[in-house]
Amino acid sequence: MSVVSDQTVDLREPTNWRRTKNRIATVVMWVAFVATLVPLILVLYTVVSKGIGAISWQFLSGSPIPPNIMPLGTGGMGPAVVGTLIITGFAALISIPLGVLGAVYINEYGGKGWLAKFIAFMADVMTGVPSIVMGLFIFTIWVLHFGYSGLAGSFALACLMLPIVIRSTYEMLLLVPNHLREASYALGATKSRVTLTVVLPAAVGGIVSGALLAVARAAGETAPLVLVILTVEATNTNLFSGANTALSTQIFVNAQSPYVGAEARAWGAALTLIVISFLLMIIARVVTARFTRYTR
Amino acid sequence: MEQPEQDTVEQTVSTNLPRLETTVKAPSLTPGTTIFDVRNVSIYYGAFKAVTDVSLPIYEHEVTAFIGSSGSGKSTVLRAFNRMNDLVTGARLDGEMRYRGADLYSKEVSPAAVRRRIGMVFQKPNPFPKSIYDNVAYGPRINGIRNKARLDEIVEKSLRGAALWDEVKNRLKQSGLALSGGQAQRLCIARTIAVEPDVVLMDEPASALDPIATLAIEDLIRVLKENYTIVIVTHNMQQATRVSDRTAFFSVLTDSKNDTRTGILVEYGPTQQIFEDPHDSRTQAYVTGRMG
Repeated sequence: MSVVSDQTVDLREPTNWRRTKNRIATVVMWVAFVATLVPLILVLYTVVSKGIGAISWQFLSGSPIPPNIMPLGTGGMGPAVVGTLIITGFAALISIPLGVLGAVYINEYGGKGWLAKFIAFMADVMTGVPSIVMGLFIFTIWVLHFGYSGLAGSFALACLMLPIVIRSTYEMLLLVPNHLREASYALGATKSRVTLTVVLPAAVGGIVSGALLAVARAAGETAPLVLVILTVEATNTNLFSGANTALSTQIFVNAQSPYVGAEARAWGAALTLIVISFLLMIIARVVTARFTRYTR
Repeated sequence: MEQPEQDTVEQTVSTNLPRLETTVKAPSLTPGTTIFDVRNVSIYYGAFKAVTDVSLPIYEHEVTAFIGSSGSGKSTVLRAFNRMNDLVTGARLDGEMRYRGADLYSKEVSPAAVRRRIGMVFQKPNPFPKSIYDNVAYGPRINGIRNKARLDEIVEKSLRGAALWDEVKNRLKQSGLALSGGQAQRLCIARTIAVEPDVVLMDEPASALDPIATLAIEDLIRVLKENYTIVIVTHNMQQATRVSDRTAFFSVLTDSKNDTRTGILVEYGPTQQIFEDPHDSRTQAYVTGRMG
C-alpha cells in the first residue's frame, strides 16, 4: 500500500476497516467452501478406494450372495442390484405420478382452499418423518398381513419419496410465470389444457430433476427396507411376493460382520450404489436439457 | 395488405398548448354492428371497487382506444370483455355485458368458449417457451386441428397477418423466446389471430417496445381492423390518435375520506372529437397534457 503523492482523486477503498471486513468475509467464504469439499471428497475417496477392488462383473451380476464368512470372489451382489432396481423403480412409479398430480392440485386447482393448504402442510410434515417410521408403518399395515416382499419395500420408499416429489414439483410450478398461463387462457384453453400444455412443459426440467433426486435418495435408504423386505441372499425378480434384498440392506448386513469378505462386499455394494445414484443424476441432467431447449 | 386510406389519422400533437394542433383527415364514422354492449358495469376485486358504472358500446371493425391515467380501470374493463378477470380470485362484476346480444356473464357461458372468440394481446410479450411454429399452432391445436398441412397453412397465414413471416420463415423451429421484443409481440399477435377470433383485445401492446417496433405494431393494428374488431388500452395518447376510431377516456375518482380510488368512464366518442373537442373538462385537461 504505497502512498501516491501527486494523486488528484483517491480511488482506493476509503477506510482500512472496510478493506479488512472485505478480507475477513472472503477468507470465511473460502474456508466454508473447503470445509464443504473435505467430507465430500473424503467420502468419495474412501468408498472408491475400498470398494473398487471388489467390483467385477461377477460381483455385480453373480448370485447368490454368499454367506458372510466366504471370501470375496464367490457368488456376487446380483440379487441386491436387481432388488434395488425393481424396488426403487416401482416406488418411483407409484410416487412420481402421485406426487406430481398432488403438486398440480395444490398449485393449479386447490387455490387458496383449505384442502390444498392441508395437503401442502401434510407433505411438509411427512418430509420430516424419519425413514424408519415409514418402514414401521408399512410393516404394520402390510407385512403383518401379506408377508415380506419387494412390494412392501416399494411402498415404504414411495411414502418417503412422495413428500419430496410434491415439494419439488410444487416449487417448480410456482416458478412458471403467470403470464404464460394467461396467454394460454386467452386462446380459449381450459384449465386442464393450460396445465398439460403450458404449465407442466414449462416446469418439466425442474420436475424431472426433483423426481430423480427423490429416486436417488430412496435408492440409498436402508432403515425402511430392513424392516419390510427381510434381506435374503437369492435373486427374487418377483416384486410382488417373497422376501427380497437390496444394496443398502446388504451394506447394513455385511458391514456389521467381522469377516474380511463381508467387509469387502459392503464396500463394493456402497460403491455400486453411489454409481447408480451418479448415473441417475446424469440422466436427470440430460433429460432436463432436452426438455428445456426452448426456454432460452 | 395496403393500408386503408380513409382511416389514416395524421396528427402532430403539441402537449404544451391548450389546444391540439391537428391535421386530421376525418374517418367516416357510421357505427357498424354493436359487438359489445356494456351497461352499468362495476368491477370489484374483493371489497375493492376497481371501476364503477361503465356503459359503452363497441362497434364492429373499429379500433376503440381506452385512455386514462394509471388506476382508472381501463385494463380492468378490457379484461372483462373476455372474462380474464375470472382468473383473479375475488374478482366480481355487476351490471350487464353483452357480446353480440349474448350475456357474457350468464351462468351457462364457458369462459374458454368466450376467449376463443375474443382473443387478447398482453402488455409484455409472452411467447410460450416453445418453437415459433408451436407458439402459433398452439391455439389451433387446442381447438382440435391435428392435420399437419392445415396447421402449416394456418401458421404461415397468421405469421403473414402479423407481418412477421418474412423475418422468421427460415427459423420456425427456433424458440419463440429468442425473438426481439417487437418480434415477440408480433408473434403473440400471430398466435392470437391463428384461432381466427372475432375481437382482439390489446392491453398496452406497445408499451414495452421501442418506437420503431411500436410503429410496426400500430401499422399492424390498422391492417387487422379490416378483419377484426380491436379494443386497445394505451397510455400513449398519440398512439390513440394514430390508430383508433373511437376513444374512451377513463379517470380516477378519489374518495379521500375512505381512501379509495375508483375508475370511471368520463367520456366516450369518436377519437377526433375526444382530442379536438372534448366535452368534459377532465378529458380536455388530460388530452392537452395539463393533467395525468
